[in-house]
Amino acid sequence: MTLSVQHLWLIPALPLAAAAVGAVLPRSGRVPAASAAIAAMGAAFVLSCLALNGALADPARHAVHNFAWFDLGHGAVMLGWLLDPLTAFMCVMVTFVGLLIFVFSLGYMRDDPHFARFFCFLSLFAAAMLGLLVANSLLLLFICWELVGLASYLLIGFWFHRPAAAAAAKKAFLTTRLGDLGFLLGLLWLYDSAGSLLFYDAGRGVLESGVLAGLTAQTVAGGLALSTAIGLLLFCGAVGKSGQFPLHVWLPDAMEGPTPVSALIHAATMVAAGVFLVARLYPLMAADQALAAVPVHALTVVALIGAVTALLGAVIAVAQDDIKRVLAFSTVSQLGYMMLALGVGAWTAAIFHLLTHAFFKALLFLGAGSVIHAAHHEQDIRRLGGLRTRLPATYRTFVIGMMALAGVPFLFSGFWSKEAILHAAHGWTVSPLPLWAGLAAVALTAFYMTRLVAETFFGSPRSPAAAHAEESPAVMRIPLVLLAGCAILLGFLGTPAWPWLQARLAGAPLHGSLEHLFEGGGLMLLSIALVGAGIGLGWRFYGRRPRASAAAADPLAAASPTLMAALAARLGCDEFYAATVGRLHALAAAVADGLDRWVLGAAVSGVGLLGQFGGVVSRENDEGALNGGFDAAGAGLRGAGRSYARAQTGRVHGYLRALAVAFVVLGLVLLAGGVP
Amino acid sequence: MSPLHLCLLLSTGLFCIGLAGALSRSNAILVLLGIELMLNAANLNFIAFWRYGPAPSAGAGVVFVIFTIAVAAAEAAVGLALVIALHRHRRNLRLPEATRLKG
Repeated sequence: MTLSVQHLWLIPALPLAAAAVGAVLPRSGRVPAASAAIAAMGAAFVLSCLALNGALADPARHAVHNFAWFDLGHGAVMLGWLLDPLTAFMCVMVTFVGLLIFVFSLGYMRDDPHFARFFCFLSLFAAAMLGLLVANSLLLLFICWELVGLASYLLIGFWFHRPAAAAAAKKAFLTTRLGDLGFLLGLLWLYDSAGSLLFYDAGRGVLESGVLAGLTAQTVAGGLALSTAIGLLLFCGAVGKSGQFPLHVWLPDAMEGPTPVSALIHAATMVAAGVFLVARLYPLMAADQALAAVPVHALTVVALIGAVTALLGAVIAVAQDDIKRVLAFSTVSQLGYMMLALGVGAWTAAIFHLLTHAFFKALLFLGAGSVIHAAHHEQDIRRLGGLRTRLPATYRTFVIGMMALAGVPFLFSGFWSKEAILHAAHGWTVSPLPLWAGLAAVALTAFYMTRLVAETFFGSPRSPAAAHAEESPAVMRIPLVLLAGCAILLGFLGTPAWPWLQARLAGAPLHGSLEHLFEGGGLMLLSIALVGAGIGLGWRFYGRRPRASAAAADPLAAASPTLMAALAARLGCDEFYAATVGRLHALAAAVADGLDRWVLGAAVSGVGLLGQFGGVVSRENDEGALNGGFDAAGAGLRGAGRSYARAQTGRVHGYLRALAVAFVVLGLVLLAGGVP
Repeated sequence: MSPLHLCLLLSTGLFCIGLAGALSRSNAILVLLGIELMLNAANLNFIAFWRYGPAPSAGAGVVFVIFTIAVAAAEAAVGLALVIALHRHRRNLRLPEATRLKG
């Protein structure tokens, strides 16, 4: 059974319908809202599997279904659905991880009074993300992209009564909007130069060779190819959404939302959108590779930004004390990896890492959620500790996630996808920086994840909340176990010996043999050694001699207080933005405020006063002249009526007599005047 | 005194008798009689002005009078119907007491 491309819209439509149901339910409609969301997500998962089944039948084909949205000028604005292995794999991942996160939320959000609203927003988020995946038009993708932004705003600020959550939601929205501005410009420019926004449209789509040749042939300012300029503008959107340097600042703050939201944002949906965008637009981004005389290739910028982000995120994660913030910075770092892979040309490796990362990062976030839930919303790892025995299921699954993220060799999915990326970076001839950054981040990742696990689960409880933690209910444990299973098994879809996933994504024939398993063995040994070093050092600092109390100093901070303080302050990025962009913005706001208050406000007040004056004049006129006149006329009429009523006696003889007298008077008048 | 003047004097007298009757009687039928007298005085004037006027040969005056008599007959029928309705309603025909249209 397969799902044809004409019916692909059902996948995002189901969660959207669930969101609509959740939106109209009253606050007490907890059960229907949650069951609608979960049922819709489950059905979307089944449909995604069917779609994947269909897409794998012919992986090289981009099945599309285009239709006109509305007529504009000479042509119509076209939208469409696109079904290829990239879309299908992403849909299966989003629906599956999303479904598990929804189920987990049943337990995590059980006591929240706005349970129904939460599921409504979750469904909206999933629907927007799925719509983004199935779009065959950059315009439709952009619409869903913005819906993802909106849903993330609603979910990060779900506990909006907490000022930090409200501010984080605003920050996430505004920061990603900044990137979206570039996206929008790129989109308009692309429409202007290509005349279409469809990806694939029987040779006329913007990702097909005919249009791409036209785009690379033109140059714009600075000698850039037109496709490079458009690609970089579109990449701005991905930088914002996927938390790449320098727009990564919103991502750690987004931890203010409920933990299932963090899992959804950081694993399955929002941050994946940026990587997906670049992978989807890969033909456009890579179109300038054949040109030698251009100052910069679009993918080079992508690779360098990815390398910087991968390293930056990993370095900062070392010094964070909040369990969710460590994971947030690791997300930043891993997204950097994915961008790096895209930049060096291995987009299938990037998607492979995106898929494996979605599973183990969702696992880690849900595990963190389980810890937080058990420890009564204590998130500071310095105040946790000793949870290994109290939360055995959470501990085991969390360690599996940690090993997958750290890239422990052979068994865990993260190892294979990371290896694929490092291998591609090794083969990149432009600059060695991505490879070095990637290798450094490998060691750092292993180190900070070991620190996180050691601080959280080993040693002795360092706060009453941690001492009295109790294992989470089954509805939260089962998603963890399923995700842990995927975090292990998924890696075997893309090993060098049998790169099934990469081959299917690229639509290329599968060349697998055991000889390839240890291809690039030197690099693999190096990265295994780095992982070992990272874990070993982490264990030496944090595991062997666990922290005695919450107030005890961090061993690294004791060794190098200034460096660790700088890292804990996230290298001052937020402060830097506050001092530059923030201050500029405040200045512009002050100017705008002054203009508004003193120029526009004065004009408006003047008009208002004029109106008031007119009103006074009108009132005086009305009350004095008009009303008086009508009153007098009314009184006169009433008097006349009264006097005439007196003559109306009802006596017939009276009337007759009046007639006779009148007749006599008439006769006399006629006589006096002389009969004519 | 010409015959026209005599006729006019006669009709004036008839009119005054009718008017006096209509004004002085309180019985509705007698008032109606007075009105009929005044109407006939007017008819007499028509005939007199035709007979002694500039064109006595044409039949215009007689036709007018026949019209008036027909109208008067209709008016008498209406008047008598009013009188009967008044009698049914109030069991008498005294006009000074019938001051209200409302029943």
